[in-house]
Amino acid sequence: MTAPRGWVRQIAGLIRRIAGLLGSVSLTFLGLTCVTFVIGRVIPIDPVIAIVGEKATRSTYERVFKELNLDRPIPEQYWIYLKKILHGEFGTSLMTAHPVLSDLLRVFPATLELSVSALIVGVCFGIPLGVVAATHKGRWPDQIVRFGSLLGYSMPVFWLGLVGLLIFYAKLGWVEGPGRMDVSFDDIVPTVTGMITVDSLLAGEDEVFWNAMSHLVLPASILGYLSLAYVARMTRSFMLSQLRQEYVLATLAKGLSPFRVVWIHALGNVWVQLVTVIALTFGSLLEGAVLTETVFAWPGLGLYMKNSLFAADLNAVIGGTMLIGVVYIVLNMLSDVIYPLVDPRARTRK
Amino acid sequence: MTEAPLLSVRNLRVVYPGDDGDFRAVRNVSFTLGRERLGIVGESGSGKSTTGRAIMGLIASPGRVEADHLQLGDTDLSTITEAGFRKLRGKRIAMVLQDPKFSLDPVMSVGKQIAETHRYHFRSSRKAARQAALEMLAAVHIRDPERVYDQYPHQVSGGMGQRIMIAMMLIAGPDILIADEPTSALDVSVQQQVLTIMDEMVKSRGMGLILISHNLHLVSSFCDRVLVMYAGQIVEVCDAGKLHEAQHPYTRGLLAALPELGHRRAELPQLQRDPAWLIDLPAAVGTAA
Amino acid sequence: MSTPLRVGAPTGWRGWLLDPAPASRNQARLGRWYRAWLAFHRNGLAMTGLVIVAALVLAAIFAPLLADRELAFHQVLEDRLQDFSWLHPFGTDELGRDIYARVVFGSRITLTIVGLVSIIVLPVGLGIGLPAGYFGGWIDSVLMRITDIFLAFPRLVLALAFAAALGPGIENAVIAISLTAWPPYARLARAETMTRRHAEFIEAAQLQGASSFRILLTQIVPLCLPSVIIRLTLDMAGIILTAAGLGFLGLGAQPPLPEWGAMVSTGRAVLLDQWWVATIPGTAIFIVSLGFNLLGDGLRDLSEARSG
Ligand SMILES: Nc1ncnc2c1ncn2[C@@H]1O[C@H](COP(=O)(O)OP(=O)(O)OP(=O)(O)O)[C@@H](O)[C@H]1O
Ligand SMILES: [Mg+2]
Repeated sequence: MTAPRGWVRQIAGLIRRIAGLLGSVSLTFLGLTCVTFVIGRVIPIDPVIAIVGEKATRSTYERVFKELNLDRPIPEQYWIYLKKILHGEFGTSLMTAHPVLSDLLRVFPATLELSVSALIVGVCFGIPLGVVAATHKGRWPDQIVRFGSLLGYSMPVFWLGLVGLLIFYAKLGWVEGPGRMDVSFDDIVPTVTGMITVDSLLAGEDEVFWNAMSHLVLPASILGYLSLAYVARMTRSFMLSQLRQEYVLATLAKGLSPFRVVWIHALGNVWVQLVTVIALTFGSLLEGAVLTETVFAWPGLGLYMKNSLFAADLNAVIGGTMLIGVVYIVLNMLSDVIYPLVDPRARTRK
Repeated sequence: MTEAPLLSVRNLRVVYPGDDGDFRAVRNVSFTLGRERLGIVGESGSGKSTTGRAIMGLIASPGRVEADHLQLGDTDLSTITEAGFRKLRGKRIAMVLQDPKFSLDPVMSVGKQIAETHRYHFRSSRKAARQAALEMLAAVHIRDPERVYDQYPHQVSGGMGQRIMIAMMLIAGPDILIADEPTSALDVSVQQQVLTIMDEMVKSRGMGLILISHNLHLVSSFCDRVLVMYAGQIVEVCDAGKLHEAQHPYTRGLLAALPELGHRRAELPQLQRDPAWLIDLPAAVGTAA
Repeated sequence: MSTPLRVGAPTGWRGWLLDPAPASRNQARLGRWYRAWLAFHRNGLAMTGLVIVAALVLAAIFAPLLADRELAFHQVLEDRLQDFSWLHPFGTDELGRDIYARVVFGSRITLTIVGLVSIIVLPVGLGIGLPAGYFGGWIDSVLMRITDIFLAFPRLVLALAFAAALGPGIENAVIAISLTAWPPYARLARAETMTRRHAEFIEAAQLQGASSFRILLTQIVPLCLPSVIIRLTLDMAGIILTAAGLGFLGLGAQPPLPEWGAMVSTGRAVLLDQWWVATIPGTAIFIVSLGFNLLGDGLRDLSEARSG
């Protein structure tokens, strides 16, 4: 009869955690809206002129001024702003004349495709490299991994992108150049997820898929290298602290092979900490995407935001910032939710 | 003792290289172990744990282990490869560490950790290993093995954790158990219980036990024989019952520093150290037989 | 003193410095510094970092001696996009300016940005982190909530939005980067303060009636500085990369200033034919941020070795 009571307690704990999480998430979200609101207010462009143009009559100007609620007190303006955002109204993009939200939804899958591929590269290579570095601390594999990840930390992604294009596209011709696929393949596959590699597979268009992959591989590897650098470095340092633990000695004393001790026991403990790192990495990949997409003419969120910036398209810039901010918040939340799933200490209390 | 010793060690040396010269943590330690309970005492840093780990072949580089002779039953440990050594660890010689809180893997259920030893040494099936682990849990007096099997280290108490540790180390049936301060991290109330269980297991299986401790009382009441270490050397060997007859001034100092029941003393005498004790003793030949 | 436990211990002045039982406080302190230097010196990567950072600082100070200012800024259209030569070791850009000279003078901009950001970020971070850690309670909660909110934001994107809002330019890039760079310092300063709040010498100062402000400034700040500075060194690379990223996007220093990121951006147009125009300034960014990373890494190893 103890089991149900344990269940009840676990569920109560879960609810309490989720409540706490929601509290902090909504606070962060409010902070985000505050910041974007302030950005909108301090921006030197006159939002009214941006809409009505320089030559508008005075009365038109005043009408739009009122429509934008610029005559109200600032707290009220913020309140109106907040309500709109909660309804998903980011206004209309000046550049595309579409609602910003629909623009964002259109460009985001491209960014997602790029950053998820990069994350896969980063995690699949970063974790093993970090483990190997830790088990060979101070010897050449460690030196290589440490130096390699320091290089990754130090490289301007836009420069790396250019150099990559120069070598692998222009000189060697191993990969396709900028863009998501060749123009001739445009509009062949129907949009389902917005991620061309996935959509082309769904549609069974192998040719489109391979073309898209060939376009994707370079930017994804370059972004992936940056996340690899971070993942490998964190894995190494987590791993080093695990390898110092007594249980490592105990598992060796049982007679287990160092391989098993390292890859099952120590790494099992590192996973717990890596969840947060992976979430953070994904966030920073979205950021890196702004620069990478510019270099690779990748029609995602980053390129969209960059173009909006120069078109003085305030709504679009703020919408993009909000979207990335929200993804960040969601990632942080996810890592908090996943954490107990991998860590028995968080899952079960005494 | 007439039968061949389980373990014999002659002139064991362990060196840790450092910036400011090589540090000799263990110097010319020699002893043999039969089916008995051997205690190793000494102050902190005297090289007790290092001795235990050297015998297990678990001194990590850059530490170096050398010995004139290191024999486990009929196996010469100094000629064996690392892979060969691995087969002995857990199977022939095992080690219980100080604090179960840190010496069990926190993210693996305790049952799995016990079964893992079995699986590794006997290449047993998952089911057989589980069965063996459950039996082992019962053998160390854990009441509800089925439930405990699926628990994680943070969910069990210190005393229980240490019994789990013992189960994990003994499941493959080693001849020798090295217990490095097995009770000093535990509540006083469960220390005796854990020792008793350990004793029971060692006796019923006819094993040799090396009990490392800095608690002279505990060692003298629990063991048959005691080695006293100071600064990496064995300075004295005596029968546990005759500890009060010890000769070496260091041992006498340790004894004098023990608070005794019934005798109230205003101040415990301070242990006097003589720099002469640091000088290398002549390499032992057949001492502590 | 050498015990029989130790063999091959050093002698002479090294022995004096490395003596495990120093005879005076000064000997102990000098010995500690010497040990730290030994460890740092042995770390080849860290030394490389130190050399790179020193070279950056020297290049910035002595730029006019190292390169011809005229070549860096004066447009000579008939010399556009020249290949490497004696006169132009790294060729010329699309306006006929010498890339080598521009990179040398660009080091001043990089160093300015890094310096200004540090000047803003350190006081802000300490100003928020110290009181939070020292007073605890609701002050801590409020300050840390604010910090967490800023910490939860994507850095480059926020800097981008700020830079867009404030208008392009070095000053605004600095403000934008600082706004997103301070939270980790507040966290760090708070953590350091919390571990020291109840130290005996702090309580002694409190008993003597020293004001909280005074204690924070004279007792706690000096203790926090080493870890904050290490963190800052490691952050420098990130700051340089963000600044260069803003420059690349056209939101940092404006033409004709030889900002490295902006130089890469202009070189993009001719990447396939004159690769060096974009690649050389990018390499400069890379080397400098690598230098800071190596240096910071070495310093961190040192502090970890000492505390652990
Ligand atoms: N990995 C290592 N590197 C350098 N020195 C070490 C290392 N491990 C132990 N030592 C040194 O060797 C000496 C003996 O250590 P050991 O752990 O064997 O002592 P101990 O008798 O078990 O002490 P305690 O009662 O504190 O456990 C100590 O002076 C210790 O500093
Ligand atoms: Mg010990």
